[in-house]
Amino acid sequence: MKVHIRHPQPRTVEFSGNHPVFWVLKQLEINPETVLVIRGNDLLTSDAMVYDQDEIEVRSAISGGA
Amino acid sequence: MRCIKCRGTASVEVRRHNSAFCRDHFLEYFENQVRRAIQEQEMFRPEDPVLVAVSGGKDSLALWDVLLRLGYRADGLYISLGIDEYSRVSRDKSAAFAEARNATLHVVEVEEEYGFTVPLLASHTRRVPCSACGMTKRHMFNRIARDRGYAVLATGHNLDDEAASLLGNLLRWQTDYLARQHPVLPAEQDGFVKKVKPLYRLTEKETAAYAILTGIDYIVEECPNAAGARSLLYKEALNLLERESPGTKHQLYLGFLEKGRPAFRQAGERPELHPCAQCGEPTTAEVCAFCRLVEQARRTRERRAAAAALPRADGRDGGP
Repeated sequence: MKVHIRHPQPRTVEFSGNHPVFWVLKQLEINPETVLVIRGNDLLTSDAMVYDQDEIEVRSAISGGA
Repeated sequence: MRCIKCRGTASVEVRRHNSAFCRDHFLEYFENQVRRAIQEQEMFRPEDPVLVAVSGGKDSLALWDVLLRLGYRADGLYISLGIDEYSRVSRDKSAAFAEARNATLHVVEVEEEYGFTVPLLASHTRRVPCSACGMTKRHMFNRIARDRGYAVLATGHNLDDEAASLLGNLLRWQTDYLARQHPVLPAEQDGFVKKVKPLYRLTEKETAAYAILTGIDYIVEECPNAAGARSLLYKEALNLLERESPGTKHQLYLGFLEKGRPAFRQAGERPELHPCAQCGEPTTAEVCAFCRLVEQARRTRERRAAAAALPRADGRDGGP
């Protein structure tokens, strides 16, 4: 699977096999409270399975400043 | 994970309510939370003209979208801060959003009004950018809403914003801020329009989910000036707690409103306000903080221009 991460710097990470979202976020050391995981037009919950051929985006839900 | 309403596949998990929702039921949940906030806090009535401060980001556009869906008379205000490409993109996103919904968007340029962009205001006054930005926006929001006849100014502050702000105020025991912190700041005769935060019951993640599920094209990139902002540090700390103990942010902020704030209100005294000698906006000083900021930036610019015009010791021009 390809995982596109947009923040803080855009990058793509690849994993092989089928894994649930929470596993992917754990590998990336990302707090699930701070991001949304997008596949196509759908949002995925932490237990949703991501398959080997999938592409997903991990998008930060947090913004800061004044 | 299944939707608690229809048992369909869930799109969004709301751990603090031990719930999960499919797309349609999440949008229903979101609308209900906003409706509840507006009604419980008596923010505004359906016939009141509301001005929504929009930045092109997920929170403000989600707020404007949900208010329009709920049938409120909501127009937008975009203040162009002059942060290069970021401002151009965020302005384009705001304008496209308004056009697609046939909604009214007011656009105002800080530089046109005051002769400085926000980055220049910050650098000429040696302030951190978020400080100059916040001061500029607060000043302009109030003036423009009042001058253009809006009863209420609505901002997209969410539960994460409010909990982070509360944490910051608690860590420094800023009792005057603690006494004032609330999702509604009432209109006052001394020149402040009513300000409301209808998203205060919803987390930042829920607001982002709403924006994505409704197809709102918002600016995903973070403001380049926000890196290192203290509010981000507080949000990170709160989200670490939230991961281990769902509901922490909700309990902190809503618990404060119910149990903590009244004590600070009783103890606090509100200083008397009067019109700023320069701009007429309400202030506790003779000249308001924003006018002092602009004046300081002007002096710095004049000083730098004068220094550049002086001949250098080596005989060459001072240069730019």
